[in-house]
Amino acid sequence: MIYGSATVFTLLLVVTLSIKGSTGLQWIVSGLTVGSIYALVAMGFSVIYSSTRVINFAQGEFSMLGGMLMYTFASKAGVPVPLAFILSVIIVTLLGAGFERLAVHPLRYSSVITVIIVTIGFSIFLRAVAKWIWGSDPVKIASFSGDKPIRFLGAALVPQSFWVFGFTALAVLLVFLFFNRTIVGKGMTAAAANPDAASLVGISTSTSSLIAWTIAAALGAAAGIIIAPIKFAAYSVGTMLGLKGFAAAILGGLGSAPGAVVGGLILGVLETIAAGVFPSGYKDAVAFLILILVLLAWPQGLLGRRQDVMA
Amino acid sequence: MLRVEKLSTFYGNIQALRDVTIRVRRGSITTIIGANGAGKTTLLRTISGLNKARHGLIIFEDQDITNTPPNKIVKMGISHAPQGRQVFGDMTVAENLELGRYSRRFANRAEYKQDIEMVYEVFPILAERSGQLAGTLSGGEQQMLAVGRALMSRPKLLLLDEPSMGLAPKVIQSIFKTLFRLHEQGLSILLVEQDAKIALETADYGYVMRTGKVALGGDAGELLENEEVKKIYLG
Repeated sequence: MIYGSATVFTLLLVVTLSIKGSTGLQWIVSGLTVGSIYALVAMGFSVIYSSTRVINFAQGEFSMLGGMLMYTFASKAGVPVPLAFILSVIIVTLLGAGFERLAVHPLRYSSVITVIIVTIGFSIFLRAVAKWIWGSDPVKIASFSGDKPIRFLGAALVPQSFWVFGFTALAVLLVFLFFNRTIVGKGMTAAAANPDAASLVGISTSTSSLIAWTIAAALGAAAGIIIAPIKFAAYSVGTMLGLKGFAAAILGGLGSAPGAVVGGLILGVLETIAAGVFPSGYKDAVAFLILILVLLAWPQGLLGRRQDVMA
Repeated sequence: MLRVEKLSTFYGNIQALRDVTIRVRRGSITTIIGANGAGKTTLLRTISGLNKARHGLIIFEDQDITNTPPNKIVKMGISHAPQGRQVFGDMTVAENLELGRYSRRFANRAEYKQDIEMVYEVFPILAERSGQLAGTLSGGEQQMLAVGRALMSRPKLLLLDEPSMGLAPKVIQSIFKTLFRLHEQGLSILLVEQDAKIALETADYGYVMRTGKVALGGDAGELLENEEVKKIYLG
């Protein structure tokens, strides 16, 4: 299945490039940029899912809040970009961790469905608060290092894309190292695979859940901040971003970190090509068409395993 | 070392333990035998904190540990190798052992090396298989890994649930020999076992459980000679 879909995907890229030339290349590069953001959001879903089996439907709102806070700090208050970035990520991360302690932790003996519904409520709440604070008009955030496009084989790349690629690569590497090289990360994987055996060796499932939410909130916030100069920031962007990230996570295999990256990049590229070929209003439909097809045809996703462990 | 007083545990409305009282002396092997569903596993799970007790007390080294969460119990020195092995199948043997010392993760590297060498010495096969995924080991090897993982926390008391389950007689013999060796090195063991013969032959003390209650208790040697035990559990 993996090889089959890889072949189809590569074929699609080749066809796009040969028919459309540099326009096609432009689509692919733009697709990879937005796909990186989907990958980060998808990783947020996967980290929480693989540690607690909860789908956090407020994941997209973390990105929205990251972008809006960045707007307040960098564009309004004039805080230098690196500091504004760090401040925004910290605030959203604390919010995610606080939500876990105040709303998820007390529900640890309830069913996973209950927690999922609470996350939906939380996302509606965050959106309402954001609309109240920032209003409903989209805001513009300056790029980190200017807007002068870089030409590459006839395609134009905004410098912000490099920030997106670089940050995504770094985040993926850090998450991978945490789950595969540190004992706490391995313990979280173990707690997800076998909670009883994990608690018997001393792993606290409640701490696992807190760490997972913290990481997911930080990933989400950072994704929202670095994409904000390319797209735009508004109180309402979290929902769609969250759903796209969820679709990417499902496509790659929920709970798999490499799967989240692959799923995100594929989804981003397909969506951008679709927006070029079909009327761009159908762009969002592509993500959900893929989600439905994947759920029907192979629900474990491209790189997912039956045990749903981070690997 | 361990005192369990009038312990009662429920699954919903179903009572699994009824006023269970047992003692484990320091340095002893104490075994609990009994048929399926007698409450042996529930007793171990309640001691290690996986199940909540509704009534009664669990005292470990003069400390009340009733309803303490499992991750704290293991820090106090009680390690539980659960029924059905429950190794982390998608991780390597070495990673399983590494996680076994999770409760001691802040201890220094030298101690970690000592611990892992001790486990490899007790179970040499685990050293050979250290890079292999735990899920691909044979049943006997997984059992050894489960015991080895439990030893990595440097327990004072080891709770062992059915180490013989699903294993060939020869493998069972070798595992029990190892348990006896660990006991000789000073480890106290509370052993739950369906194979009453080998359990009573290895242990110092024994209890017989029936429908959630302790029906009999005494020296393992005496229990081996007991007419009722002979008839029901030794065939």
